[in-house]
Amino acid sequence: MDFMVFQYPMISVQACLDGVLLGILFALIAYGMALQWGVMNIINIAQGDLVILGGYIAYFMYLYGIHPAWGVIVSPVVMYFVGIAIYKLVINKVVDRDLFISILATFGISILFMQLMNFAFGADVVLANSDYGTTMLFNNNVVLPNSKIFSAFISILFAVCLVIYMKKSKLGRAIRATAQNARAAKILGVDTEKVYAATFGINAALCGVAGALISITFTIHPYMGLPYTIRSFMIVIVAGLGNLPGVAMSGMGLGVFEEFADYILGTEFRIGSVFLLLVLILVYRRFKLSRKREYLK
Amino acid sequence: MRLNKIILSFISALAILFSTSVVSLAKVVGDKIVLGAAISLTGKYSSNGVHTQNGYNMAVDRINSMGGVKVGGKTYKFDIIYYDDESNPKRAAQLAERLISQDGVEFMLGPYSSGLTKAIAPVTEKYGVPMVEANGASRSLFTKGYKYLFAVLAPANLYLDVAIDLAVEKNNGKGVSVAMAFEQDAFSQDVRLGVLDAIKRTGSKKVIDDKLPKELNDMAATLVKVKQMKPDVLVVSGHTKGALTAIRQISEMKVDVPMLAMTHCDAAKLSKQHGKNSQYALCASQWHKTLTYKDDFFKDGMTYDADFTKEFGYAPPYQAAESSAALLVFKDAFERANSFDQKKVRDALAATNMQTFYGNIKFAEGGQNVDKPMVLFQVMCDDAGKCENKVVAPTKWASAKLIHPIPSWSKR
Repeated sequence: MDFMVFQYPMISVQACLDGVLLGILFALIAYGMALQWGVMNIINIAQGDLVILGGYIAYFMYLYGIHPAWGVIVSPVVMYFVGIAIYKLVINKVVDRDLFISILATFGISILFMQLMNFAFGADVVLANSDYGTTMLFNNNVVLPNSKIFSAFISILFAVCLVIYMKKSKLGRAIRATAQNARAAKILGVDTEKVYAATFGINAALCGVAGALISITFTIHPYMGLPYTIRSFMIVIVAGLGNLPGVAMSGMGLGVFEEFADYILGTEFRIGSVFLLLVLILVYRRFKLSRKREYLK
Repeated sequence: MRLNKIILSFISALAILFSTSVVSLAKVVGDKIVLGAAISLTGKYSSNGVHTQNGYNMAVDRINSMGGVKVGGKTYKFDIIYYDDESNPKRAAQLAERLISQDGVEFMLGPYSSGLTKAIAPVTEKYGVPMVEANGASRSLFTKGYKYLFAVLAPANLYLDVAIDLAVEKNNGKGVSVAMAFEQDAFSQDVRLGVLDAIKRTGSKKVIDDKLPKELNDMAATLVKVKQMKPDVLVVSGHTKGALTAIRQISEMKVDVPMLAMTHCDAAKLSKQHGKNSQYALCASQWHKTLTYKDDFFKDGMTYDADFTKEFGYAPPYQAAESSAALLVFKDAFERANSFDQKKVRDALAATNMQTFYGNIKFAEGGQNVDKPMVLFQVMCDDAGKCENKVVAPTKWASAKLIHPIPSWSKR
């Protein structure tokens, strides 16, 4: 245990800001997951792998001399079609089935993606340099890489656009209707098959944006997807489905929690602490539910 | 009907049994010495696995074309059976069993990484199969009392202790403060133990001792602590991702530290990925092309570098060079043993004392090479942004003078 973070107030400020910026990025991935979970009742284990694939798209643009920030536009477009393809090939066969089947199917997709990416791009760890520089705050005591600020800004931008799209557009309304009651939506003329495909595509596109941002901010590697899946799963569990402000808040909360866990418990427990928190929240939820059940009795 | 089925399955079982024993290759077929190797051609170690394989192949071709191996007055050529271990230790152990008991291999070459070597060593030991490995540096490999394991590379605990010595030397012999960040895997933790020994030996003190997770891609917290504590040396070891993440975040967060020492910069192609931001980083390496060791097959490091680049289209990382050296060691041992008896070859390997383009090779009791020091190179860039790795320590091999302390970010 190390309580340095409390001895130096500037480190606390640094941890909070780092956590919030990171959390916003997590929230974007989680929002995609919440969307397709809510609409299709599918838990997508391959979420993190879609993120990494999106990252590779930005990385390859960078390799060919294009600034990786353009990946934020190109990657979601490509990933949208990848998402549609995955839906047509696999997901449409499991969409009405048991949740367990969908977990197995997406787990399979996850393994396949990892191996394919490893095969196609190699096992090297890669990154795309944005050369955005650094912002210094509080007399140079707090440093924020501009790439992180850029990531958070773009994530918010995409999230806001998506919310507006879901509220105003025809497809958005159809998606929301399907999420509320697929059968009723179908009876009222919504082509749910199309809605499902579009939802999965939108989710993949969001993963594409996040991946491009991760390649600019951190590093990417074919086997690095799982921690992103776990984090988004955790955020969705805490926030609930269809609750965007909740997803944003719990994303930032998780980011700050991770940063503080890193300082206090040590970097080695960073991901472990996320798992621990997940277990605690699940136990707490169960406890709350069982109390409610008793009350009903 | 049922009886027929039983007879049929019995016959097919027998057929399978026979077919496997018929295809078994002996250790030496005709004029070929068949070596076995399980290598990571897919999975997370595949890049370095391929370097290892290229290194082996390069040496096999070279030795075969220059007269092969002379045993008992007859000339033999090397041949290698490869299997892909998928970067998975369990699979590697299975494949070692298969190579030995099905393919009849009696001499093995090592896989890539300490973890996989650890998985294979008990198998080769059980069957008494001599294994020369070039990519497992973990200290724990050499403390288990293995008799048939020989490693041409320096053990992991020697990777970064040179850096501490160098920092102390620059500090006029007085102890320094050290910040450490090491991944939690067998190799990096061994590097850490070596650094801890060096800290104790030189009267230095550690101010940060962070352990990095396997899924590492953010070490901002460690770097914030470094900014606060202002140590004299920052040591990082976390494979390729550790090296890349460290340089990215050190440059983004403008962390000033007088000395930065790392492992795996070579594999990370640090200067290629980060350009001038990687400047002044010190990197531990098993080998560098400018070292002046010599042998009859590859001449010296520069020639090896040129030949390898010509054949495979990229400059050889040290993982390839040490793999090539493993074959030279085998050739030497076969010729001295003048036999294919495993015990005799094992004894000849244990008595190895030779120089290769990669370095001197002499094995200690535990099987590690004790005659080859690690080198430290420093990334140095010119004004045009072109970077090169130059050896700065040990002094005997240095091709450039160490730049110390690292200029602060505000002055770069």
